[in-house]
Amino acid sequence: MDIAIIVGLDVVSGIASLVLISAGLAVIFGMMKIINLAHGEFLMLGAYATVLSVSAGVNIWIAMLVIAPVFVGLVGVIVERCLIRFLYGRLVDSMLATWGLSLVIVGGTTMIFGNTIVGVSSPLGGFQVGAYQSSLYTPFLALMALLLMTAVFVVMRYTRAGLIARAVMQNPDMAATLGVNPARVYMATFGIGAAMSGLAGGLLAPIAGVVPTMGAAFIAKAFITVVGGGTSILWGLISASGLFGFINQIAAFLTTPVFGEVILFIAAVILIRMLPTGISGRFFKGRL
Amino acid sequence: MILEVDALRSGYGRIPILAGVTLSVAEGEFLGVLGHNGMGKTTLMNTLMGHLPATGGTVRFKGQDVTQQPAHTRALAGLGLVPQGRQIFPDLTVQENLRMGMAGSKTEDLELLDDILGLFPRLQRLLDRRGGALSGGEQQLLALARCLCAQPKLMLLDEPTEGIQPSILEEIVDTLKALRERGLSLVLVEQNLEFIAALSGRVLIIQKGMITGELSPQELKNPETVAEFVGMTTA
Repeated sequence: MDIAIIVGLDVVSGIASLVLISAGLAVIFGMMKIINLAHGEFLMLGAYATVLSVSAGVNIWIAMLVIAPVFVGLVGVIVERCLIRFLYGRLVDSMLATWGLSLVIVGGTTMIFGNTIVGVSSPLGGFQVGAYQSSLYTPFLALMALLLMTAVFVVMRYTRAGLIARAVMQNPDMAATLGVNPARVYMATFGIGAAMSGLAGGLLAPIAGVVPTMGAAFIAKAFITVVGGGTSILWGLISASGLFGFINQIAAFLTTPVFGEVILFIAAVILIRMLPTGISGRFFKGRL
Repeated sequence: MILEVDALRSGYGRIPILAGVTLSVAEGEFLGVLGHNGMGKTTLMNTLMGHLPATGGTVRFKGQDVTQQPAHTRALAGLGLVPQGRQIFPDLTVQENLRMGMAGSKTEDLELLDDILGLFPRLQRLLDRRGGALSGGEQQLLALARCLCAQPKLMLLDEPTEGIQPSILEEIVDTLKALRERGLSLVLVEQNLEFIAALSGRVLIIQKGMITGELSPQELKNPETVAEFVGMTTA
């Protein structure tokens, strides 16, 4: 029984981390068909913003939940204005440019902070499940993932800004005909996607080794989650994170964590082979 | 003059389509532009709206030179386009499509929405339906209503009769006539003679990207005159 609860918690944690690390990428891909290969570096910048703020004496919650997303959101807006806005509709060019950007960010961060692991300690304690010990941070991450998805849903479904964003996503020229400046919507969306990545980076800072190259560990997983989910931001992300998170954790439990990752990637390859437009391209067509 | 177009040139890439269009629309006027497929009707509309860059000439709207302005700026100035193919947002509901008509204004005016729905009673019971699930005629009504939600001074209407049942066409004619009373100006491009004659005060002929003649709606009823000008028959 205890072991079932622990494995269950692992699955929840695996799904929650996939949701968090993929959300920013999903928003940017779903809305603008830009694949941001600097996404991992946005996570890394969020983690660094958190670690540096905490060591400067800022409360860790404020550092994770406010400073990290705001800082990376601003970085996102600058990147969009200086680079991305010239590349809409040019998928391959945008991948190349954002990959280059990721190298620049990794190089710059290494130059300034050195190639060493920094970190913050987890702000929440642990709890006991029978003979096993688990961290309270796991349910907290799940809660944050849930809140983030709820926020995306409410904003997209019930606000005017969300309506305009959905309309621009479906037909930017028609939205412009109705007086909406698509360029501004794209800029805001990219900023929000980046802020979501920053938030994820901040939340990961206490449980991941914070190094300039840490983004590489996340980009592949975020990438397969988004491609596996398809262009529907919310349902694609939730379904793909649920499926891949479950497979990853169960496989890791039955074999080893390393094999768990291998099985995850094999599952992703099979899924994308069967559903080339992702889960949402098949089952949630036209949904958020 | 609400719209003055002078020697307007435009095209796709290096292929010229408009070879110098000159026309003007008075305030409250309904102007028809008649032409075959491929004569540049839709290109004219898209260039007037700002979706295609002008390669020469000028467009003045309400006295302002808007030739270099992007589409959304022209929309905010009071230019509306009901595009060919209607361009309904397929995954938004009818109501959301209408709310998008007000996306350019600071706040959403729900009274205006009710007012416009009064003009299109057929849309009332479809408000929660997905835009993409509507019939062609219903989509055309929705496209018109959505455009009106932006309260345009001048509406550009691109081939509204394409693929639409006759009963809805009559409804559209009646609604647009009612809007003329309220001071709306209209540029209508069409190849349906009956429809264009029912609405337009005067009709220009477009051929190979140039305005080649002008007819009165009465002259449109004479097949020989039309054939002479456009090579079209009323049949």
